[in-house]
This record gives sequence, C-alpha cells and structure tokens, in this order.
Amino acid sequence: MLVRRVWPSRPTFEESFGDLDQMRREMLRLLETSSGDAAPDPGAGVFPPMNITQDDDSFYLRAEIPGIKPSELSISALRNRVSISGRREIAREHERVSYHRKERPEGTFNRAVTLPVEVDPERVDARYSDGILTLTLPKAEQAKPRQITVKS
Amino acid sequence: MAREASTDVQKAESSNVPTVPEQTRTGPVYSPAVDIFENDNSITLLADMPGVKASDLEIDLRENVLTLTARVTTSGIAKESNVLREYRPGTFFRQFNLSEAIDQPKIDAQLADGVLRLELPKVEKARPRQITVRSA
Repeated sequence: MLVRRVWPSRPTFEESFGDLDQMRREMLRLLETSSGDAAPDPGAGVFPPMNITQDDDSFYLRAEIPGIKPSELSISALRNRVSISGRREIAREHERVSYHRKERPEGTFNRAVTLPVEVDPERVDARYSDGILTLTLPKAEQAKPRQITVKS
Repeated sequence: MAREASTDVQKAESSNVPTVPEQTRTGPVYSPAVDIFENDNSITLLADMPGVKASDLEIDLRENVLTLTARVTTSGIAKESNVLREYRPGTFFRQFNLSEAIDQPKIDAQLADGVLRLELPKVEKARPRQITVRSA
C-alpha cells in the first residue's frame, strides 16, 4: 500500500481564502526547510504527486505515475470531484537475482481532489506518456467565465 | 602583543575529496528511486524518471562511475495558472560506483513510461566460475 494523501489535508479553493491558504502552506514549508539546502517537494510522501493548472476553459491535472499500464488506472470525475486510483506493480524478476537496492514503490493508490468549479465529465480526456498522466478537464459551461460587454 | 600580520602566501591544503560536477542549470535536482539487482551475468538498474523523454536522458559510465542525468522539459503550460502544485519538474541526477567490470559495448538502455531499464552485462572475467572438484 502506498502512502495515501495526508497532506495537504484538504485542498481548499474557497474564492477568498484559497490563495491565502496556499501562501500560508508555502510559507510554513519554507520555514520548515530553511535549515536544509534544498526544499523538498511540496507533496512529498504522497503518491502520485499531482499538479493542477487551469486556463479559462479547462483544468489540467498532471500526475507523476511512472511505469504503470494505462489499463491499471481508474479515473472518475463527477461534478467538481476527480479521483484517480490504481495499482502499481513491479514485475518480479524470475531469474536468480540478488537485490542491492529496492526503492521504487509499489502497491495501490487512491487520490481524490476537489476542483474549484464543476467540470464536464463527458469531455474529460486522459493521456499517459513518459510516466505522466495528463487529464484535461473542461469546465462546465455554466462555470466558465463570461465576458460581459457594456452597452452604451 | 599585536600579532604580526603574516603576508606569506599559505600553501593551500590539498584535499582529496571526490568532486561531483555542479549543475549549471537552475532548478531542483532529484535523485530518482532505483532498483538494482544482479545475477551472474549482469547488473540491472531500474529507475523511475517520470516525464523524461529518451532524448533528454544521458547515461555515462567511466572509471566505474555510472552517471544518470535526465532533464524534464515542460512545454505549453506557461499560459496556465497554478491551482495545486505538488511537484516541480527538474533534473534527475544520480551516480553509482560499480565494483564489477562492465562490458561497456553491450550496455542496453530502455526507457518506457518514465522507467529506465539499464542492463549492464559483466565482462567474462568478472563472472563467477563454478569449479568442479575432480576426484583423483
């Protein structure tokens, strides 16, 4: 079993406090690591680490999941919630081998994130290449920002 | 009582510290997780390097030091704004000392789905040999 998501305990996206909360967490992380020479990954110990970005039309979720078969991944999206689960198996070497290092994690994983606005589950696109899973999650029509022209 | 300031050039203490070349690129450097195992014929190394393309990976073996360097390039995400950030693409770098003699021309490297598989065959003389005892 891989480490489940323990941090951040609950990603918050409330309009007014989301950025502030993110900033506070980054600050805490910096303070905690100020003695060391390199800041660790913000999501260290969480599998898979994921980045979420957005533009006007979509959210983009990228997760580092090296060496997994796409068929072993299960992805679901409902309203503003996306979950990714799967199982990472490392093939056994059948020959007589002796291990010097065994660091690569294996096991099941399960992560769910709540997005700031609803997405259109019908149009979610998932791609897997070079060990990175990329989900394109188009925002639901009613959630997209609208340009309002002022009539004179 | 003031000590006379010495103007003699001091001989720099020669140090015998093995140096690792510094990175010239800015950004985080990660040590990839690896599995290393060996059998009688070869040493196999598996490394997790998510986001690395075969063209961005350098494998170097000289003087029994194996060096893995890989750069993760991201493109087309400059227009997007961050919502949640848990990892930062960077450089993967790791070095290993190999004790056994490796048959360099026969080294085989495969990169699939962000996992590197490196087969390092041992040279003939480094393989263990079974010695059968003959009864006289």
